[in-house]
Amino acid sequence: MSRLSEVLAAAKAEGRAALVGYLPAGFPSVSGSIAAMTAMVRGGCDVIEVGLPYSDPTMDGPTIQKAADAALEGGTRTKDVLHVVEGVAATGAATLVMTYWNPVERYGVDRFADDLAKAGGAGLITPDLIPEEAGPWLRASDATGLDRVFLVAPSSTDARLALTADASRGFVYAASLMGVTGTREQVGAHAEGLVARTRAVTELPVCVGLGVFNGRQAAQVARYADGVIVGSAFCDPLLKAPDEATGLAAVEALAAELAAGVRDR
Amino acid sequence: MTVSDSNVSAQPDPGGHFGPYGGRFSPEALVAALDELDAAYTAAKTDPAFQAELAALLTDYTGRPSPLTEAPRFGEHAGGARILLKREDLNHTGSHKINNVLGQALLTRKMGKTRVIAETGAGQHGVATATACALFGLDCVVYMGEEDTRRQALNVARMNMLGAEVIPVTIGSRTLKDAVNEAFRDWVTNVENTHYILGTVAGPHPFPVMVRDLHRIIGVEAREQVRERTGRLPDVVAACVGGGSNAIGIFHAFIPDEGVRLYGFEAGGDGVTTGRTAASITAGSPGVFQGTRTYVLQDDDGQTLPSHSISAGLDYPAVGPEHAWLSDSGRATYQAVDDADAMDAFRLLCRTEGIIPAIESAHALAGALRLGRELGPDGVILVNLSGRGDKDVDTAARYFGLMGEGA
Repeated sequence: MSRLSEVLAAAKAEGRAALVGYLPAGFPSVSGSIAAMTAMVRGGCDVIEVGLPYSDPTMDGPTIQKAADAALEGGTRTKDVLHVVEGVAATGAATLVMTYWNPVERYGVDRFADDLAKAGGAGLITPDLIPEEAGPWLRASDATGLDRVFLVAPSSTDARLALTADASRGFVYAASLMGVTGTREQVGAHAEGLVARTRAVTELPVCVGLGVFNGRQAAQVARYADGVIVGSAFCDPLLKAPDEATGLAAVEALAAELAAGVRDR
Repeated sequence: MTVSDSNVSAQPDPGGHFGPYGGRFSPEALVAALDELDAAYTAAKTDPAFQAELAALLTDYTGRPSPLTEAPRFGEHAGGARILLKREDLNHTGSHKINNVLGQALLTRKMGKTRVIAETGAGQHGVATATACALFGLDCVVYMGEEDTRRQALNVARMNMLGAEVIPVTIGSRTLKDAVNEAFRDWVTNVENTHYILGTVAGPHPFPVMVRDLHRIIGVEAREQVRERTGRLPDVVAACVGGGSNAIGIFHAFIPDEGVRLYGFEAGGDGVTTGRTAASITAGSPGVFQGTRTYVLQDDDGQTLPSHSISAGLDYPAVGPEHAWLSDSGRATYQAVDDADAMDAFRLLCRTEGIIPAIESAHALAGALRLGRELGPDGVILVNLSGRGDKDVDTAARYFGLMGEGA
């Protein structure tokens, strides 16, 4: 059983949803991002998504765009992302890389899989890769035992849910709404139905992302999902903080609030 | 002529792959819309009512067929070769872009969508889209890099006049690629009532093949026109290539004609070795970008590099996947034309033929000068004059130092 599956199973055994937190590697700096993700784990994140900052993040809203831009302007390279994975995995959290596809292809799919496994990473979340285009990654993840998280959306047909879940390992990422990343007052009304439709075709855990930014919403989503994914809300305090210590404290406090939320269902 | 008229040798597989290129590197959230579009387009290809409506629009609204103009005084500078200009600049809205837009606007209506979004670089695709939306009563939002809204202020005014909302994109390099990113973000959010009229042969399947088919009429007409005029096929077909829609449009009917050489001229910018270039095939490498696998200007980590060209319409760090395939297979040849050579050709066409070309198209003209000097007086070169240069007068006047003269 992979580290990711263990963590998700442990949360389930506790009768709660898992908390999944995202930050781009290299934001606010390479070491700062390890510190921030460590603070998220301390606050209560079970799973960390280490974002690979990319020049053309078509699925991200302004908050994550800004954070990823800052990471790239700071000179963050793919090898730095793997270094961050190593630092975060050392905390014991299941550590995934969330990445657009081109940087992996450019690094070399097999080489990336090998280096990610060596760094202690659990697998990849690939927002612009659908299973039909994922041949080399399916093979590389099988060879290395890495998990592969594909996304489903409210617009996915039942046939595509089955195809996507069949290709997935670890969990299935359900996008709560049609749109890009960013906080929303309301988590998408279609999220619960999407989770139910996905459960009908797979035994895998289903985690919900897009829009969640506070404990109340986390609790709402935790009632029907196996995990709650939060991204932009973790970037926001770091973008606004006057100094790193303030930012880290805010990130840890947010993780604690969300961790209470996923237990309050 | 209809889009289903086929003498087609280069077809992608059902997933939209041209060899190792193309495909669908898109978020799952858009797959349903891409499938819907593919189904609507596939049905339209064999729907006589759709084809008749499109054909009538192309004739009565666009003004097709576009003429073929011989350019003998220009040809004197091209080794005396016969230069034949396919006059897409004379289409309504001033470029080839309208061919694709009218087809996709009809599909938008067919799919029951009421809102259209588009990206634009030079503004020609944005103007064409705004025009079609006015004609069909569709809401229209055009994303345009802030840098380009400045370079192409006249086209912004035209789009506004036609009732479209132009949203300046202020992130990234503030040019065409960033406008495409913003359009995709809008689309995934509003896909229920919105169609994205992508303006070039890039993006996820079915866009590359659909946009190509809608422009294929350029080459089909030109092939007949050149034969009527010269009694034979041309030696060379030349077109400029940014994303590559006008080029694939004029190339495609000639692909089975083995004796006809196909040349795509990319924007070299300051020069392909300077790093300030938009020549994706010449200076780039295969990668995944904006929904498709193709040649991309990218660094060692796969981050997209900023592109540069004096021509906003060619200022794009990638190229349509079918061009990547035509280049690898050797069927077409791609070369870079630098800003300076393009501007010389721009001025030369103005002075010798009384035609002000788009700066985009001037890259193809510069390529024709190069090829004509190789071929000599026996050569016949078909050049796609993809757009007119009214929008570029300000840029050209600054470039040649004419601003303020005689004022």
